[in-house]
Amino acid sequence: MGLTEAIFKLEENINLKFLDEPIIADATTDIIYMMCPMHLLTIEEKIKEITSGQVLSILTDYDGALEDIPDWCNKTGNEFIGIYEDTDHYKFYIRKLKESK
Amino acid sequence: MKTIYLDHVATNPLHPEVLDAMLPYFKEHYGNPLSVYESGVKAREAIEDARERTASLVNAKAKEIIFTASGAEANNFALKGIAYASQSKGKHIIISKIEHHSILNTARFLEKSGFAVTYLPVDKNGIVNPADVEKAIIKETILISIIHASPEIGTIQPIAEIARIAKQKGVIFHTDAVASVGNIPVDVQSLGVDMLTFAAHQFYGPKGAAALYVKEGIRIVPLIYGGIQEGGRRAGTENVPAIVGMGKAAELTKSDLQKRIDHVKPLRDKLIENTLKIDKVILTGHPENRLPNHASFVVEYIEGEAMMLLLAAKGIYAASGSACSSKALKASPVIISIGIPAHLAQGSVVFTLGEETTDDDINYFNETFPQVIKRLREISPFAKGWEGLEDSTCTARK
Repeated sequence: MGLTEAIFKLEENINLKFLDEPIIADATTDIIYMMCPMHLLTIEEKIKEITSGQVLSILTDYDGALEDIPDWCNKTGNEFIGIYEDTDHYKFYIRKLKESK
Repeated sequence: MKTIYLDHVATNPLHPEVLDAMLPYFKEHYGNPLSVYESGVKAREAIEDARERTASLVNAKAKEIIFTASGAEANNFALKGIAYASQSKGKHIIISKIEHHSILNTARFLEKSGFAVTYLPVDKNGIVNPADVEKAIIKETILISIIHASPEIGTIQPIAEIARIAKQKGVIFHTDAVASVGNIPVDVQSLGVDMLTFAAHQFYGPKGAAALYVKEGIRIVPLIYGGIQEGGRRAGTENVPAIVGMGKAAELTKSDLQKRIDHVKPLRDKLIENTLKIDKVILTGHPENRLPNHASFVVEYIEGEAMMLLLAAKGIYAASGSACSSKALKASPVIISIGIPAHLAQGSVVFTLGEETTDDDINYFNETFPQVIKRLREISPFAKGWEGLEDSTCTARK
């Protein structure tokens, strides 16, 4: 990995925002053991089922989600709250924003 | 020569209405269900419609149905999927000794991968004792899988009772219901099972379509990774015509099941009554608690395969039990498990009726089968007895 790429990765990782405690979500979707692109397809489907301001939690053990979910939030204008690292999976939290698609 | 098909447990002919439902998905609507244009959208809609109908047959929700290519695949998926999903909780699995090979061999594979398996015995009628299940459960037990009805001996297991025990102990419970769905009412809610396997060709649907019911909320590791088909749980471009056929067959079975049972049961009873009049013929499986279209016997002194060949020459098609006995000339583990000695197990035969079986068919069978047995016993080296093996015969069971 070149220096520029490493710095870029580091900057990306700063967006990961790990949480010390899990938080209470308005809706939860469990996609543990599902691989790419189920995490993104499921978020797109489930985010439609909550209203602006509500929080969606995604349970997944797919490592690619560490990059993809914060990135998806940036692209779609939703708030990426953070990640709680459970024993064998991650809990991602997203707040649906008014202007989101 | 007229042929009489008495091997409905092996497979069934396609119902004409099922074929009609499938044909457009070979021709007009051949698109990939993931495609966004019309033929793909039609295929996608047809799969979801079939999922509703298939779920309805076993009283499940559509989202709890995962289509697979066969009952064997669904059974592999259930065992491996739960074993890998739950291994952090424990590595112990319980099955019975009379499971289908798709369960037995998967369990053996898992043993090689570090899981421990308990193989529960059955009684002389092929019944698993629920108390044995309860005793076998340990802290590390993560899965119990017991066959609903045996295709070899027809016995129906006390699944609801076993499922209740599994639930009390917090263990996931799967049943292989390939032989039962289509022959008796099967309801995942009243049975209380977490997972259930069933296959379309057992109820006049096509081969190549089956399903695994997975209760909502249960985590399972996919058997096949790839695309997003079946919610990411079973990748691979769907066999759309077969899935459509399964949906149609499920719909027809739901409405016709009682009629089918009322048709086959008296004919089956007549077949059993007549066959048991023959000397040294034993009914295998439970005398009452068995599939309504199923008759299975052990005939002393002669081989199942020989009976099959002579019956086939007379136009009657049936089976001699599992692939162990028919292909490998090895005693079937199911027959051995119910206490039949190995030398008698070779005389195992299975007759299974269907909706096209007539009273005339059974009359013809009842005339022909005793003649076949008589002819084979005339040339059998054991016709005068088992020559030293008498102590181990099971004539006492009669």
